[in-house]
Amino acid sequence: MTVTPETRAEAEALFAALCATGAAPVEADILQPAGTLLDLYGEDIRARAYVTQDPLQGEMVLRPDFTVPVVQAHMAGGAEPARYCYRGEVFRKQDHLGPRAHEYLQVGYEVFDRDAVAADAEVFALFARLLDGLGLKALTGDIGILLAAIEGLATTPRRKAALRRHVWRPRRFRALLDRFAGRAPLPDSRRALLERLRGSDMAALMAEAGPQIGLRSAEDVAERAAALLEDAEAPAIAAPEAALIYDLIGLAAPADAALLHLRGIQPLMPAIAPAVDRFDARLAALRARGIDTATLPFEASHGRTTLEYYDGFVFSFQGPEAPPVASGGRYDALTAILGQGRSIPAVGGIIRPALVAALKRGRA
Amino acid sequence: MSLKIGVPSKGRLMEKTFDWFGARGVTMARTGAEREYSGAVEGVAGVELVLLSAGEIPRELAAGRIHMGVTGSDLVRDKLADWHQQVAELAPLGFGHADLIIAVPACWVDVDSLDDLDAAAAAFRARHGFRLRIATKYHRLVRDYLTENGIADYQLVDSQGATEGTVKNLTAEAIADITSTGETLRANHLKILQDAVIHQSQATLFLARRAVWDAGTRATLAALCARLGLDCPAI
Repeated sequence: MTVTPETRAEAEALFAALCATGAAPVEADILQPAGTLLDLYGEDIRARAYVTQDPLQGEMVLRPDFTVPVVQAHMAGGAEPARYCYRGEVFRKQDHLGPRAHEYLQVGYEVFDRDAVAADAEVFALFARLLDGLGLKALTGDIGILLAAIEGLATTPRRKAALRRHVWRPRRFRALLDRFAGRAPLPDSRRALLERLRGSDMAALMAEAGPQIGLRSAEDVAERAAALLEDAEAPAIAAPEAALIYDLIGLAAPADAALLHLRGIQPLMPAIAPAVDRFDARLAALRARGIDTATLPFEASHGRTTLEYYDGFVFSFQGPEAPPVASGGRYDALTAILGQGRSIPAVGGIIRPALVAALKRGRA
Repeated sequence: MSLKIGVPSKGRLMEKTFDWFGARGVTMARTGAEREYSGAVEGVAGVELVLLSAGEIPRELAAGRIHMGVTGSDLVRDKLADWHQQVAELAPLGFGHADLIIAVPACWVDVDSLDDLDAAAAAFRARHGFRLRIATKYHRLVRDYLTENGIADYQLVDSQGATEGTVKNLTAEAIADITSTGETLRANHLKILQDAVIHQSQATLFLARRAVWDAGTRATLAALCARLGLDCPAI
């Protein structure tokens, strides 16, 4: 059996504790329309989602996550600020042999509040309290600092967009940064491509290559070709500037020490100042809620390999084995996309009651 | 109990498989009526021939309903999760070669590499409002490959046949499929991405780790391996 009575009891206890903070309990359908959800999550989650056909509603998916339905419900008519809590099954196909569940309970909490720093601290401190005594290792991060650093680079908007887009794919990000900083040579294939594009008339080149087929138009092709030629002329990101980004992605230290380090490099990278100010204020808010920020682990790259929609504060509580017992973060960009012009800062997280129950059983 | 060996039930793959075993002193042949799927093995005692569709052999191996099987290395990798835990590769057979590749319209003169595909996908999604579609039947292999290489803004769409036609029919922007000569691709105005060979496939002899390996089948396996000139694997 996937969900045991013990796990369900643990989920109900955690849910009751969240309700007791004054959060409004919400429900989300188990069958969700697939379109929006899968487009937001990307191919990795899509591959792990159970998709089915409904004769009237089209492609439907077994709820892979609560966040998007909760945001949609809030956007459709929630008042501000708002705090929601929920519990229920989520479904993910597993692509590897082993014990990871295909169907498991999540208990979650989402905060829509324009006082972002206070909301970040509130969610983290609440989770820390609920999970106290289980011997978990907390880890925090802030994707907003890296995003701000990219925005501040003295390079073309196109290169910044490429880096920003791959923040959640660290290997690709690293390869791009190496190339833009002149650390990695231009691949031979790109060199040959540039030569071909440089020497020829675009229309003639395309006509010679073959007939126009598919939705990607001649205009799309010509636009990218022009962008490639333009990019080939752009100077490399200056070494000192690139060095700061390399430093930042590797930054791992207790939170207070990380702040000190960031304040140290801030004069060299003024663009990160507002993000570092937010980090500073968040640490103060966490201390006010009893969290020891002198020992709280911080990694600037934490959260870069989890869900792509986290774009600010991120956190996890790790037990003896993967996956984390709890995780969460800020997802302002997601509410902007789902709100179609209307957005509200949002932060939240989930706990896996099955892992909590297993830890308690181990300690009993 | 006899050792069951699954072999493709028809066509070139079957003939080449029979040739490969025959050259090593193990004679396989179809028996019975012309259209009857039954066969016999001579040269090693205790081996039973099971004729199956090549596409079903990975599943039969994973379930342990056959002890050994011949099928494409691409099919095993695509159909079985953590394939190397479920089956062992005993020997590549040197035929049935095909490369799993990614192809895009030849008129995309700005796209030669995976890197280009990634950038084109970003611009495509921004302009058209949905992810760039790649038609394939090799979902696991293609997705794992694109994930490992950090490609974003794409989606896989299922295509079980005539995949090369999907771009022209506007149901995909690119394809991932197997090719040996590239002729069908060229005929459909597609070109192969230079650095995107996802898997080089060939017919391969596999061993099912989960099959029932009792003293009898182990002894038969040892005799068969000796006859074929293969190292007998530890099970």
